[in-house]
Amino acid sequence: MNRAIDFLLGSTMRWLLLALAVVFPLVTDNEYHIYVMALAFIWAIAVYGMNIITGYCGQLNLAHGGFFAIGAYVVAILTVDHGWPFWPAFAAAGLFGAVFGFVVGIVSLRLKEHYFAIFTLCVGYIIYLMIDKWEALTHGSLGIINIAPPEGFGLVDFTQTIPFYYLVLAFLALAIWLTRRISESLLGRTFRAIRISDDLAQSLGINLMRNKILAFVISTVYAAAAGGLYAGVVRFIGPEEANFIHTFDMIAYLLVGGIGTLMGPLLGTLLVTWLTQAVQSLEEYRMIVFGPMLVLLVIFFPRGIVGSFLGWRGRRMARQAPRKTRESRVDTSDPNSADATEARNNA
Amino acid sequence: MLNIRNLTKRFGGLAAVNDVSVEFGANQINAIIGPNGAGKTTFFNLIAGAMPPTEGVIEYKGQDLAGKSPDSIARLGVARTFQTTMLFEESTVLDNLIIGHRLRTESRLWDVIVNSKRLKADEKRCRDKAAETLEFVGLSHIGHRYIADTSQEERKRIAFALALATEPELVLLDEPAGGVNPEETDGLVDLIHKMVDHGITVCLIEHKMDMIMRIADKIIVLDHGEKISEGTPEQVKNDPVVIEAYLGKEDAEA
Repeated sequence: MNRAIDFLLGSTMRWLLLALAVVFPLVTDNEYHIYVMALAFIWAIAVYGMNIITGYCGQLNLAHGGFFAIGAYVVAILTVDHGWPFWPAFAAAGLFGAVFGFVVGIVSLRLKEHYFAIFTLCVGYIIYLMIDKWEALTHGSLGIINIAPPEGFGLVDFTQTIPFYYLVLAFLALAIWLTRRISESLLGRTFRAIRISDDLAQSLGINLMRNKILAFVISTVYAAAAGGLYAGVVRFIGPEEANFIHTFDMIAYLLVGGIGTLMGPLLGTLLVTWLTQAVQSLEEYRMIVFGPMLVLLVIFFPRGIVGSFLGWRGRRMARQAPRKTRESRVDTSDPNSADATEARNNA
Repeated sequence: MLNIRNLTKRFGGLAAVNDVSVEFGANQINAIIGPNGAGKTTFFNLIAGAMPPTEGVIEYKGQDLAGKSPDSIARLGVARTFQTTMLFEESTVLDNLIIGHRLRTESRLWDVIVNSKRLKADEKRCRDKAAETLEFVGLSHIGHRYIADTSQEERKRIAFALALATEPELVLLDEPAGGVNPEETDGLVDLIHKMVDHGITVCLIEHKMDMIMRIADKIIVLDHGEKISEGTPEQVKNDPVVIEAYLGKEDAEA
């Protein structure tokens, strides 16, 4: 039974999801749905970034949407005002996300817990104000139109929905792969130790500032890259991209899917995006549906869909483990232990 | 081993630790006792670097620890446990211990991205160390159990194991026997002796007097931030100043 569940949860599950994502455009002829899916993937990339700093490292960064907007604006300004092609502008967006993330991180991460959250909320708002008011650079509230789409190669043309969908899927796969690498490694353990307690982590010889900044910069690169892709598909952006609403949307995706889990950000983003589509006719009243849903979820499944499921399964495995350990004692090469760790990290 | 001179910590006008000088010998069990609010935990926090002292010198193996960050002090070989044991609840015991040896490894983000040989070697060392310390504290049989399913006494042992995984020479234990029953306390005492047998110097804060009197090589007594007595358990037990601090003046005279 456990074998079967592991099989489903482990890499098989991820390959299955990838296969589903690959065939999705082939089985639907509704181009709008493919477009919605591609946008959801872009948001998911940003949510993966938030998962690193908030989910693994435990620092609630409320400027995350701002970094998304910065990525989008770097691409927009460089392609429209300076005539850069998309790809160098996209690389610059990632680089700028890293540099700006480093600068903001070094200041804001001196604060702890809710002070950090409040400070980053302000940073997010300052980013919004800069975009809205610095007209010479950002075109202000007019926004920027005619952003260059990603240049294709050969017959591939990324201005069309389906090729763009696959492009975004590739970046999403890369984001998940990197998250998995980090989460399974000593680096991920370092981040999680900080999440448990700053004091504990420091007493174990972990340099708090260095590791928090690292997690922060990784997260802002994810956000800026997602923003860059967003600019390339939407091709028109305005100051609203930096609205803090987007940050709270991403927190909702993270909570629904499972904060600090590998597949939670993806499942949460897709689920909420499609639910939003389903109740679109309600317009702003849809919050009447979402609000109570989120409250119930946080009360009964505080660790989200993936987190709650893993908790249930992990305890099940832990109960069954003693039978095996009696034979082998604790052995780090014990396949059961390796499985348990891997499955937890994978899912 | 640890030579503390004129250690002082003031919070505004209040001196939580006031001009304390003491020397802790290597490979011994040193206890810090005193009534609630005497400044014991602050004293520990100063040694571990959780807060910088206002004045004074903390000389450890010829270096002054005062003003150093907690993580660099941990790397110098000083480990600590906390009054409340903070652990990763949603994970197994063994899994919790792996991070304990991180400070002796060098892998960085790049190693993680390319899955380098160094990272694999580091991960193996951390896993081996986790298993080794778990064995040391006698919990190998629950390595796969969830933290949420462990008892208070087991948590204390896991906290010891986590501290030991950093390969310390000096271990600071803050109420190691707090909240465990007398039989379990005996087991923890044996474990502390075992640590000393393996060349580790122990400093502990504890309220269980019978336990302290049994195991300590040296005791210092703090009251209102000041050292009021120091010596062997026998000396401290019979010091009228100590009795007064604990029981009040009249009882001390009676």
